[in-house]
Amino acid sequence: MKVGIVSYGAYVPRYRITPEEIGKVWGVDGKSMSKGLMINCKSVPSPDEDTITISVEAARSMMRRCSVNPKEIGAIYVGSESHPYTVKPTGTIVAEAIEASPHLTVADFEFACKAGTAAIQTCMGLVGSGMVKYGVAIGSDTSQGAPGDALEYSASAGGAAFLIGADKVITTIDNTYSYTTDTPDFWRREGQMYPRHGGRFTGEPAYFKHVMSGAKGLFERSGTEPKDYTYAVFHQPNGKFPTRVAKQLGFNDAQVKTGLLAPIIGNTYSGAVPLGLSAILDEAKAGDRIFAVAYGSGAGSDAFEMTVTDEIDGYARYRAPTVKELNTNLKFLDYATYAKFRGKIILGSE
Amino acid sequence: MRRVAVIGVGDTEFGELWDYSFRDIGIQAGLAAVADANISADQIDALYVGNMSAGRFIEQEHIGALIADYAGLARDHIPATRVEAAGASGGLALRQGFTAVASGLHDIVVVGGAEKMTDVSDTESAAIQSSAADQEWETVLGATFPALHALIAKRHMHEYGTTREQMADVAVKNHKNGSMNPKAQFQREITRETVTSSPIVASPLRVFDCAPSSDGAAGVVLCPLDMAKKFIETPIEIVGSGQASDTLALHHRKDICTMEATKVAAKRAFAMANLTTKDVDIAEVHDNFTISEILAIEDLGFFKKGEGGKATEAGLTSLEGEIAVNTSGGLKARGDPIGATGLAQVVEIVTQLRGKAGKRQVKEATVGLAHNVGGTGATAVVHLFRRV
Amino acid sequence: MATAPRYWRENDSRYNLLGFKCNNCGRNYFPPRAICPVCHRKSVGKIEEIKLKGTGKIFSFTEVHDCPEELATQKPYVLAMVEFDEGPKVTGQIIDCEHCELEIGTPVRATLRKLSEEGPSGIIHYGYKFVPVKPKAP
Repeated sequence: MKVGIVSYGAYVPRYRITPEEIGKVWGVDGKSMSKGLMINCKSVPSPDEDTITISVEAARSMMRRCSVNPKEIGAIYVGSESHPYTVKPTGTIVAEAIEASPHLTVADFEFACKAGTAAIQTCMGLVGSGMVKYGVAIGSDTSQGAPGDALEYSASAGGAAFLIGADKVITTIDNTYSYTTDTPDFWRREGQMYPRHGGRFTGEPAYFKHVMSGAKGLFERSGTEPKDYTYAVFHQPNGKFPTRVAKQLGFNDAQVKTGLLAPIIGNTYSGAVPLGLSAILDEAKAGDRIFAVAYGSGAGSDAFEMTVTDEIDGYARYRAPTVKELNTNLKFLDYATYAKFRGKIILGSE
Repeated sequence: MRRVAVIGVGDTEFGELWDYSFRDIGIQAGLAAVADANISADQIDALYVGNMSAGRFIEQEHIGALIADYAGLARDHIPATRVEAAGASGGLALRQGFTAVASGLHDIVVVGGAEKMTDVSDTESAAIQSSAADQEWETVLGATFPALHALIAKRHMHEYGTTREQMADVAVKNHKNGSMNPKAQFQREITRETVTSSPIVASPLRVFDCAPSSDGAAGVVLCPLDMAKKFIETPIEIVGSGQASDTLALHHRKDICTMEATKVAAKRAFAMANLTTKDVDIAEVHDNFTISEILAIEDLGFFKKGEGGKATEAGLTSLEGEIAVNTSGGLKARGDPIGATGLAQVVEIVTQLRGKAGKRQVKEATVGLAHNVGGTGATAVVHLFRRV
Repeated sequence: MATAPRYWRENDSRYNLLGFKCNNCGRNYFPPRAICPVCHRKSVGKIEEIKLKGTGKIFSFTEVHDCPEELATQKPYVLAMVEFDEGPKVTGQIIDCEHCELEIGTPVRATLRKLSEEGPSGIIHYGYKFVPVKPKAP
């Protein structure tokens, strides 16, 4: 059977803030920060949004676009590094909110920015083995950067959901390959509000090594090369890293353009590759091939190669907002409002 | 049914009474009422106390027993009952007392109301008041008590053209009356501008569109009419009593610009009394928000639906108007200690009908109406009074 | 004050707009009740669960400035009475818009958001809020 994506849904909050605005407060040249990171603005969740509400929005969009009975979903996995509860899964609330409860299995995943794609691989296994008919994999985050830290310019919010199945798939996932090592480039201890990172250590030995290895491993496993693909999307903590790694691997600008969202929404962490993939699926046509490599600090990469099927022609994409549509009706914030929204101001009642 | 008279009234000042506890104010008002009625403790057959939320304001339930105890009446083991219907607790307590006397069950009954709202923070007080609305389907979803009334105001303005200025006129009139009431919480006159420039609470309602949180208590003594002259010279008869309920949530009402419960309670009271609105000289109505007074004077039948704002603007509800509304200052200026309000209205009406209202006296007032509402209109109680 | 069971019990209605239809008179209601308020006992056994679509329009609205502590970071916020397409009315916040853009009659649709939380260590409550529906571009 051909396992793949049956439906997908995306969500990004409508609030934005620019690196210039953040830089003003910390005495940093925000404009050149923006240029260096290739990020024009990042998304900010409203105080009443969190990874749970974002996951629900994405999952509901995913369900609206197809006619699958939610009771046939056998598994839901939500990958994030900002689950609202450390103990009590995001997935159970998503399950109730899309009416998939109670006959299913749920768990929350964590692997920095590749928790959502790890969930996709798990669903592929469950569907492929016949254990479940449909599985839902969600990557979503409302990640935080410490005030004044480099990450504050990019850490943003958003997510996407994928319904994995073998029936009426709009995109087959033909191969997947992962590359994993113990590399402490970026981490967050339990109880800490903000993550810490190894500065330049997050580059070559972390992001680039694992993304390149993941990509090369997949080329080998699938017997393909960059020119075989219509689209390519890479984990995007900023606009620079994925652009550079794409070039190093041999992809061109046209292939990378659609999935590159960091410049307009920042780094949505577990939502990054899922949202990039959603943007691609928003315009992909039957026969298009997609190459995706997600990266999670700690560290590992998940690489996928996919083929869009004829089913995409009859797919009701219009029933939910596209990534482009989610990037309209925006409201730009000043730093004070951003800090209030993100809980960075100590309130009196606590 | 026996005919029932009010033979004594008493109240405390309303306001932020830092020096007095709930027990203090309850007893103060009760003592004043009993002294006014010229009765002694051993003549009291039963006690009814209106109180909305002592359990949350002062963490005390079992209010009937508490007041009986501190009034010294527990030694005589009198029946003591706490009555609750949110803002209508006082008026409803009066109805229980009236029923007890009218039915022949009891002869001399004391009815009081008290609320101590200022021992908790403003936010806590607001949250407690919101429990008069539908907690699960209004408050939990972000509604505050003023916000619900703002929804009414906005719709009333949309359907009938009621204006921001007309709503302000309610507060201006009530403050004017309150300035002549030594027991009122606010005794200074205000202007339209005071209202329209005060901070927004929930648009279009501003601070001066909303009654304050208050401490206070009020009490009355009831007895069969044919016994009344034994105690005082000018008994005031309760000639009509009506009560009605409606949906708890505002969004379940037939028409949010009409408090159906007020209409039905009034109809029932007028029917019992064999009177009409034309007979009424003074009315104490439930103006916890300026828009509430506009709805009240329409729903009680004094003015056509949609005309309440215009009538207020034209001065028809002033002391000299067609129908003097809220001569005490209303909830807005006299204050609104929730459980006490319904009884404070009776104190004012009785005072007016006895001719003892001083500067705010309405000439030749013979018939008065008290209107008390719970929540956004889920309970309404109306009583009619006539000087004998 | 821990309120886990009281909120949990209403999740079906607060997340998924579970209401009911009285098959005796045909009226739709939200939230669910034991009996139809019009038909009373004649409705027993004839109550059918329905899920409201979530689309409706603004019946009245206000901008709330004086609000409970848990909504402090959102103030001022818009509270509205919304009339669902199926008939029932509800009370809820309108979000992702400016107060000035709204009118009585503006079409809205329900979405899921955080309603409140019992402090930093307590349960988080979720439920419906409304977003204005943008007219489709021609």
